[in-house]
Amino acid sequence: MLSLSAEHATSIRQHARAEYPHECCGALLGRELSGDVRWVEEVVPIANEQEDNRERRFLITPVQMMQLEREAKQKSLKVLGFYHSHPDHPARPSEFDRENALPYYSYLIISVQKGKPAEMHCWRLLEDRSGFEREPTEIRGL
Amino acid sequence: MAITVLIPSALQAYTGNQSEVQVQASTVGEALQAVVATYPELRKHLYNEQGKLRSFVNVYLGEEDTRYLQGLETLVKDGDTLMIVPSIAGGSVSVLEHEAVQRASLDNEEILRYSRHLILPDVAMEGQTKLKAAKVLCVGAGGLGSPLALYLTAAGVGTIGLVDFDVVDLTNLQRQVLYTSQDVGRPKLEVAKERLQAMNPHVTIRTYETRLTRENALEIFSDYDIIVDGTDNFATRYLVNDACVLLGKPNVYGSIFRFEGQASVFYAKEGPCYRCLYPEPPPPGLVPSCAEGGVLGVLPGIIGTIQAMETIKLILGRGEPLIGRLLLFNALKMQFRELKLRKNPQCPVCGQNPVIRELIDYEEFCGMRGEESTASVDVIEEITPTELKRRLDAGDDIFLLDVREPVEWQICRLDGAVLIPMNTIPARMHELDSAREIVVYCRSGKRSAQIAAFLKAAGFRKVKNLQGGILQWSDEVDPTVPKY
Repeated sequence: MLSLSAEHATSIRQHARAEYPHECCGALLGRELSGDVRWVEEVVPIANEQEDNRERRFLITPVQMMQLEREAKQKSLKVLGFYHSHPDHPARPSEFDRENALPYYSYLIISVQKGKPAEMHCWRLLEDRSGFEREPTEIRGL
Repeated sequence: MAITVLIPSALQAYTGNQSEVQVQASTVGEALQAVVATYPELRKHLYNEQGKLRSFVNVYLGEEDTRYLQGLETLVKDGDTLMIVPSIAGGSVSVLEHEAVQRASLDNEEILRYSRHLILPDVAMEGQTKLKAAKVLCVGAGGLGSPLALYLTAAGVGTIGLVDFDVVDLTNLQRQVLYTSQDVGRPKLEVAKERLQAMNPHVTIRTYETRLTRENALEIFSDYDIIVDGTDNFATRYLVNDACVLLGKPNVYGSIFRFEGQASVFYAKEGPCYRCLYPEPPPPGLVPSCAEGGVLGVLPGIIGTIQAMETIKLILGRGEPLIGRLLLFNALKMQFRELKLRKNPQCPVCGQNPVIRELIDYEEFCGMRGEESTASVDVIEEITPTELKRRLDAGDDIFLLDVREPVEWQICRLDGAVLIPMNTIPARMHELDSAREIVVYCRSGKRSAQIAAFLKAAGFRKVKNLQGGILQWSDEVDPTVPKY
């Protein structure tokens, strides 16, 4: 289960709204707790480095990844996963998402409908890469 | 050479939680192969089905991305450290392969040809390049397929496939604008290819002169980004739908009847499929084809160009596609209406627990085998015109059901009959009394046999078909009734 604070959820929504009609992306840093609970401590917006077609694609380059890993290490956190938006598309992983997905990571997808942030769902790649399974999400109260 | 390979945290579950792996190798490629040889579970995440390194796998030698050195051929020396760094990519649905778009480019002649597209901000060079990279399959090269193929060719869709096995017939020319009077008798695809190629030599036209079947559909479809359904029968329509769902491809649908048309985009990844809308075909014979029911020639022109427009929108990734929406067009009223379609969670092919996981026998599914063997027709009791006349004269209570079209009713009819055209029977079945004896008739006895069988299946026990219909009535009973 992915556990986010209400503030994390709000900042993801705001990022998705600000980048519309382009896709936004970012990383989820946190800790792994027992019982497969992924406790997000920090949401890190990342500039979408995709050169064209940013309405449909996002890219976090290897250089950005290395920086991210370094940053996580300094804070004694782990890169738990990533979030990205689907402008005018449902919060379901696309075939392109599947081809490019890594195991382990939580992929949080937020749908943005006509500029308005809509539903948000989290996914994890199945072991055989055949698809994704939903990862339950919890928005922690204060 | 002893090489150290650093494994990213996301993949460490496959290396026994080791963050680094020692291997012997002389190139980057060898080092990676040695890693997956030791940890076979890792292979599917680093390499795709074709054995190529997945696009998100980047390998760094020190600070250098080996992609900018000699890639997998980059030499490594003793003590080197290689770092596998994932890049994270994703995005919403696009029907085109990104790589194909990057490969396509336009020459000066094409730039001039497509200039009216290129100055449109929503198309521009980027969109025109996508069109060139796109592969679209048109199933059927008839009324819908003609305008569709013409406009896709003119627009510069790079590869267009056509599936049809017919020859051009004189009755086609009233609506199938790909063909001319000189083409009568020639195979449609031969003519279509000539005509389309002459219109735009930059486009590749591939022809499949065959009937689309469960055996060949997946193979033909697999090479295309978008499938456009321009067929005229239910068996092929369900075949196209199921094959598209199984392959995850969008199906741009259109159909026509007389003065009315429908269009939608069935794309199971994003919305409903044809089976969500129509889980089962209508009983055979209930919905007449163009040959039986007639069609105004302009109508397929309108619906076929709507399909062409939707196809181009999908390629460009612009606008709002007809996914989840059924567009209804009435030419007489000159009215467009729209129905919202929902994905059916119980859909047998695209639902949560699909029962159709491979292509089935669509002719059987649509009941066409039964029609050919006429088995269903044989069990329907018939009455000869002479016998019917005798019983009517004797005052027997018989409900005479005329299932022809109103234009035929105006030509002639039997005294005391009630007209319910065959395609309205399912909706008007409640007007019939199952307790009464019903004799169904049409012109020749063929359509009425289908309706009699349909009614019998619906629970009407006392149904008979008038043998030979109006034609035999005219011969046996009353020669003043005109034959037509």
